[in-house]
Amino acid sequence: MRLRRKLADLLALAFATAATLFGLLWLAWILWTTIKQGAAAISPALFTQMTPPPGASGGLLNAFYGSAVMVLLALVIGTPVGIAAGTYLAEHGRHSRLARSVGFLNDILLSAPSIVIGLFVYELLVRPAGHFSGFAGAVALAMILLPIVVRTTDEALRLVPNQMREAAFALGVPAWRVTSQIIYKAAISGIATGVLLGLARIAGETAPLLFTALNNQFWSANIGQPLANVPVVIFQYAMSPYDEWHALAWAGALVLTAFVLGLNLVVRFFARKGSK
Amino acid sequence: MIHVLERRSEEALAAASPAKIDVRQLDFFYGKTQALKGVDLPVPADAVTAIIGPSGCGKSTLLRTINRIYELYPDQRAEGEIIIDGRNILDPRYSLSKLRRRVGMVFQKPTPFATTIRKNVAFALSYYERLPKQELADRIEDALRRAALWDEVKDKLDASALSLSGGQQQRLCIARTLAVRPEIILLDEPTSALDPVSTAKIEELIHELRQQFTIVIVTHNMQQAARVSQRTAFFHLGELIEVGDTSQIFTNPRVQRTQDYITGRFG
Repeated sequence: MRLRRKLADLLALAFATAATLFGLLWLAWILWTTIKQGAAAISPALFTQMTPPPGASGGLLNAFYGSAVMVLLALVIGTPVGIAAGTYLAEHGRHSRLARSVGFLNDILLSAPSIVIGLFVYELLVRPAGHFSGFAGAVALAMILLPIVVRTTDEALRLVPNQMREAAFALGVPAWRVTSQIIYKAAISGIATGVLLGLARIAGETAPLLFTALNNQFWSANIGQPLANVPVVIFQYAMSPYDEWHALAWAGALVLTAFVLGLNLVVRFFARKGSK
Repeated sequence: MIHVLERRSEEALAAASPAKIDVRQLDFFYGKTQALKGVDLPVPADAVTAIIGPSGCGKSTLLRTINRIYELYPDQRAEGEIIIDGRNILDPRYSLSKLRRRVGMVFQKPTPFATTIRKNVAFALSYYERLPKQELADRIEDALRRAALWDEVKDKLDASALSLSGGQQQRLCIARTLAVRPEIILLDEPTSALDPVSTAKIEELIHELRQQFTIVIVTHNMQQAARVSQRTAFFHLGELIEVGDTSQIFTNPRVQRTQDYITGRFG
């Protein structure tokens, strides 16, 4: 009997360990391939030169710049709206039916395929304007960011104990002041975590940019025009028949992966700080 | 003996002074459940009134109606009157902000805000009064002194309030309340989460504060009620069973149920 239990225990442990290793294997493989293929093309030129025509050498400066601009713009658009909506759900609309419906709709938006969002923004901004633009790309990214920020803000605020809310209200201070000065301070690490996770998510989004920002072979700082960006450049260069382009695609992939990994480390740092 | 006599005269005084808070025919509902039934309770000024009774008797509920904090929850409602200085504060037209400035509340669990000690005290104060920097600092010091916390925190006002011990946090909550200069202080089992030394400090503080404030304290600790209060009200199943001078309630209760409770036969 005892032996059987020990055997079952051993078997379960072995299975669980094997499953974990299997999962990790793929991650390690992806990282290894990206590093192996990408490291070769990492050079100062990558960060100082524009995307080259076939056969020439170059870098991804315009793509990094375009991605940074669009992601930042998406943050600027999505974060305030997301935090405000999350605050409504968790604080002011807590007991209302409207808040429940909004929360439900937000969950739908959260799981909406990003290509659908890209198409929507194409209809909304690109077709009326007659051309692709970095601004449209930023709007599409903001729409992906928004529900993530709403959800995490809502959850972070709900984690603030009710006693703290009661104690603040018991001082006779109005709700907006309680929320902005007391509740946000208590929930700041959770909210920041949500924004950073959203940022990591939109940094690698390709589908919504295909119909909106498209791409730009040349340097452009104009968000009213098509804008180069890392994911779409990776997509186009990887599909091309040219070796130089392949190398650049891998380098772009490596930088993007390192960025997202780094961001996740920052998130962990914030989350740990918040739990103290 | 002299001490006892002194106490008695104080209590007589407390009973004779006009009611600061007059609770009249108060009913309270959590949804469909009635938690208070026709409570009539005058609370004298500048004295400590203790509210005792077994769990679920409505003692905390009563406290939560006096500053209308229950209004945070839409399914809770109070009916009846609570008169403070001649006006019914349950009247929706009575400004919540004004009410809660006059009626401070300290809760069971210490609830420091996740910011500095200074900002904890300044939070409500700087909402009500626009003070020059120096005066604000003075008011913060004054509040911390009255809460018997100043000596322990004067060198670290910009440290996080979360770094304080539980007892210090609770005194900080009292300081926060005192800073806006209320007239009435509601204490909802303020020491139930604290160790004996911290409890003794808070009780001492209550003694000090009753000179200037009308204090209502809910406690499940009968010794504490006997130690800190001049008046005691006993609640059971949402009804006020008996109210009187603390010494009378504890030595010579008029109602059998009070007697049973204070002698530990139930609750």
